[in-house]
Amino acid sequence: MRRPFTLFWLLLTLLLAQVQIAAAKEHPHKILIADPYIELHTGPGRGYPVFHVVERGREVEIVKRRTDWFQIRTERGIEGWVPREQMIATLEPTGEPLDLQEPARENYMSRRWQAGVMAGDFGGASLVSAFGGYAFSDNLSIELTFNHILGEFSNGYSATLGLMHVFVPEWRISPYFTLGTGVIYTEPKSTLVQSIDRDDQIGYVGGGLQFYLTRRFMLRTEYRNNVIFTSRDDNEEVDEWKYLGFAFFF
Amino acid sequence: MEVSRLRLLFLIALAATTLQGCALFRRDEPPAAAETQQTAAEQVTGEPSDKPIIEPEVERRKIKQTRIDTEDFEVGAYVGILSIEDFESNVVYGARLAYHLTEDFFLEGTVGQSRAGRTSYENLSGSADLLTDSERDYTYYALSVGWNALPGEIFLGKNRAYPTAFYLVTGLGSTRFAGDDRFTVSGGFGYRILPADWIAVHFDVRDHVYDIDLLGEKKIVNNLEAHLGLSIFF
Repeated sequence: MRRPFTLFWLLLTLLLAQVQIAAAKEHPHKILIADPYIELHTGPGRGYPVFHVVERGREVEIVKRRTDWFQIRTERGIEGWVPREQMIATLEPTGEPLDLQEPARENYMSRRWQAGVMAGDFGGASLVSAFGGYAFSDNLSIELTFNHILGEFSNGYSATLGLMHVFVPEWRISPYFTLGTGVIYTEPKSTLVQSIDRDDQIGYVGGGLQFYLTRRFMLRTEYRNNVIFTSRDDNEEVDEWKYLGFAFFF
Repeated sequence: MEVSRLRLLFLIALAATTLQGCALFRRDEPPAAAETQQTAAEQVTGEPSDKPIIEPEVERRKIKQTRIDTEDFEVGAYVGILSIEDFESNVVYGARLAYHLTEDFFLEGTVGQSRAGRTSYENLSGSADLLTDSERDYTYYALSVGWNALPGEIFLGKNRAYPTAFYLVTGLGSTRFAGDDRFTVSGGFGYRILPADWIAVHFDVRDHVYDIDLLGEKKIVNNLEAHLGLSIFF
């Protein structure tokens, strides 16, 4: 009941932050056309028709960017969308080629923050997972993970904090090792009799692969061996497979 | 008269050269424009340098590299109707956050809320209620991938055209209903119209599928949802 409202607040904060960013923006970013001409589409996609052309030597203003498309405004105030391939050939007013300020693979190493979602299996139950991490160095980062475990007989949440070590971060597919601890809350299904909710500590060790996709995106797959420190005599061991996950860094 | 004028010219020339020499000691201050021109001229005859031979007299603009405003995120809210299997149809409202990866694909997170009505059985029997009041609250979240399958335009009258896209969405998440969270697979399609570059109107149809064993036997449930939403890009 309360979860949607927390999200509403989150969205509101994001919106306010956006307004502030917009207010901080002063100078329009002007560029010169270097190709014989560039084509303006009505929308940010190849499916949208070309409706205008700007010739070489003209100065245009970059309004915004959406995915690989840039909205530009001509001197006459006409606004249209230009693909990235054509923007590469444009120049800054200084005559230098336009810097698209892109997080390419070369500088992906220097990106510190990462976030994403994954899905998989937690000891037979379905698993939805969200994570965020901060890298201290190229290899080592700290990561916070929230899991939502949805099983046949019980549901649960877990929050874990751990270290992640990427062995060779410059490889496109690179393996990593992870180790951490956290808490798990288990809630048996309401249709079961004799059920108690419980909070336990959890520790894990695991490994995975991250695959650099493009721009700022990565795919990830992970395995974790969890030990749940229960209040009973035996600890419980649970295999956690995150089959596929998606991450982006910023 | 002729001699003194020449002397005056000579003195001015001497002052000009010597005072310029003095100016070299003033390290803190930026060099005068005349001086930079002179050094540029000297380099033409000396070692070849990277500097252009002719420096055009353009007023150097202060270039402040402004960040390009990327608008890959989309945030919005929606209202619609959700049909909860066995439990009537009711109003659903929710929030949506999307991230556009490429012009073709996007990721989407949605949270929604609705309320279940009464089953026919409950109405007919008149007594036994299957669920308590709080168990009739229906909330869900879904993490989805979307594909802009059919981009296009719609035309309103003669002079107006708006970009649109028909998209397909599939995802997974969880539904909290009847006191339990249930792993939910969802899918559907939607149609997006952009009246302006920063705002979008959506019409979406989704099916939420999960297992439920509320009535003793486990069965698959399909809850269909249709909603109208508004979102802004940022």
